[in-house]
Amino acid sequence: MDSNKNYLVGIFDDEDVLLHAVEQIRDKGVRIEEVYSPFPVHGLDEVLGYTRSRLPIAAFLFGLTGTSLALLMQIWMLGYDWPMIIGGKNYASLPPFIPVTFELTVLLSALGMVATFLIVSDMKPYKWPIPFDLRSTDDKHAMAIDLASNKLSKEEIRSILKDSGAQEINEKNF
Amino acid sequence: MQVSSAIREPLITGGKTMHDVSEDISRQVEGKPAPLWWIAFGISFVLLCYGFYCVCMLEWVGIGVWGLNKTVGWAWDITNFVWWVGIGHAGTLISAILLLFRQRWRMSINRAAEAMTIFAVICAASFPAFHMGRLWVGFYWALPLPNAFGSLWVNFNSPLLWDVFAISTYFTVSLVFWYMGLIPDFAVIRDRAVRAGNKVRAQIYNGLSFGWSGGARTWMRYESVALILAGLSTPLVLSVHTIVSMDFATSVIPGWHTTIFPPYFVAGAIFSGFAMVLTLLLVTRKVFKLEDYITIYHIELMNIIIIITGSIVGIAYITEFFIAWYGQVPAESYAFINRATGPYWWAYWSMMTCNVISPQLFWIKKIRTSIVATFVLSIVVNIGMWFERFVIIVTSLHRDYLPSSWAMFYPTRFDVGQYLFTFGLFFTAFLLFAKFFPVVNMAEIKSIIKSTSEKKHHG
Repeated sequence: MDSNKNYLVGIFDDEDVLLHAVEQIRDKGVRIEEVYSPFPVHGLDEVLGYTRSRLPIAAFLFGLTGTSLALLMQIWMLGYDWPMIIGGKNYASLPPFIPVTFELTVLLSALGMVATFLIVSDMKPYKWPIPFDLRSTDDKHAMAIDLASNKLSKEEIRSILKDSGAQEINEKNF
Repeated sequence: MQVSSAIREPLITGGKTMHDVSEDISRQVEGKPAPLWWIAFGISFVLLCYGFYCVCMLEWVGIGVWGLNKTVGWAWDITNFVWWVGIGHAGTLISAILLLFRQRWRMSINRAAEAMTIFAVICAASFPAFHMGRLWVGFYWALPLPNAFGSLWVNFNSPLLWDVFAISTYFTVSLVFWYMGLIPDFAVIRDRAVRAGNKVRAQIYNGLSFGWSGGARTWMRYESVALILAGLSTPLVLSVHTIVSMDFATSVIPGWHTTIFPPYFVAGAIFSGFAMVLTLLLVTRKVFKLEDYITIYHIELMNIIIIITGSIVGIAYITEFFIAWYGQVPAESYAFINRATGPYWWAYWSMMTCNVISPQLFWIKKIRTSIVATFVLSIVVNIGMWFERFVIIVTSLHRDYLPSSWAMFYPTRFDVGQYLFTFGLFFTAFLLFAKFFPVVNMAEIKSIIKSTSEKKHHG
């Protein structure tokens, strides 16, 4: 965390007002650092201009790893390392390997994706988030604007926030 | 700014605001547990301790302490295993399949149902684990680990091994899915603790929440993770009971060797799982005063699922019987006639009454919206589903190919004790969950409160 950053935090209590506000504020050239909400607000990522998450790709790649590892493991173990005839089938016969392959695909895909999520979101048990507003996990949406990264003055941003429907505007230093 | 739909009943009653949701759900985590909670916890813990003694005896002496014999080599252990796994399925159905179908009523019940899944799968897994006798060497028999038997690997052709992979994957993925859902709610409790000045609780719940911030970027990724986990869990849950049913279906034993088993088992699993969800939630909503979140409408919808799955199970029973006759295999026909009229007729007819007839009562609106009737029937259904597995397993085995090998199964107190052990484990774990974790998903409820909450009437 950088030392001593100045923020203006706008508080909204309705998600529809918030969505409009984000659009208006961004149109006026204000850079919003992040919006904190108690629940996922649909469409907020679009108005904030975020690109779609690539986590599905990560999940697919982890799944593919699971599929290949499972198949390789079973074919190597039963087909080459210790071949045995079971039920008169080939040593490495594919159909009975499918259930384990499926399970390991799902397992690796799920675990890998969640681990990736935690890493890219920088989430760790000992890390504390910046407390812009503690009510943002309860019933308020908090919009954090970093003053240093904006060209407009504090007063200008304050009035833009007020016009957009913010209920409260607080100044915070972290 | 609350809007209520004209055609749908409100999912959340009592005119709740977002702050009310945080208050109502966090209250039980923050306060001292009710006397009723202590009584329930005491009983569960005593069961757990007695069960633990039985499990220790089993490990010390061997599975000879059970009532198994040379003919009936699988009885209560596998019955209980299938029963518990089946119960787990409702949690995943609610959290994953209903999420994909965008059923918003799942939001009030998914947290508790998923917790139930996790504890039920732990209970289930304990049976095959202990059935291996020597638990500590069981790992080599169940997992593909390099070992001292000349690197003899596990048999990947066996459904029993598929079960190992299916159950452990199911448990892990369900746990991860459940925990992902809990993360934002732990942050709610953390921030409330910070505001109340409770540093210890804030630290613990921040750790549990992985330092959740609630930023829009994180929420966006979080939603994408939740959707994919739901997509992965849906085929996973279907695969688990399919594979469990293959433990039976792939063996050449009359009464087991049928291709109808996978769908029949999956329907039965959801059927019994919903019954257990209802049993648990009817008590939970009363004890934690969640009547506004888990409404009669929720209960009614769950009862409708019970009618559907119960009817599928009923049709499966009849189909099995029909095919046994139509297939004209004498051994197969005998197995089914013997089920209904042989020495285990009482188990068969208990199953038919509890599973086929009793859920049909839910066609009557008065019954499916009555809390007492639902509670009683939910227990009846679970008794019936236990008998279903008992009937499939024991009646198919007890008439062996040679009449000289015919035998009956009589449980010992260690069979009963092991079953009680899982009850103790399940309820102890569920009560601890209900005390320390938020039992309703607050973040999801908050996301729908504007559109589905009852209008607030100011005087």
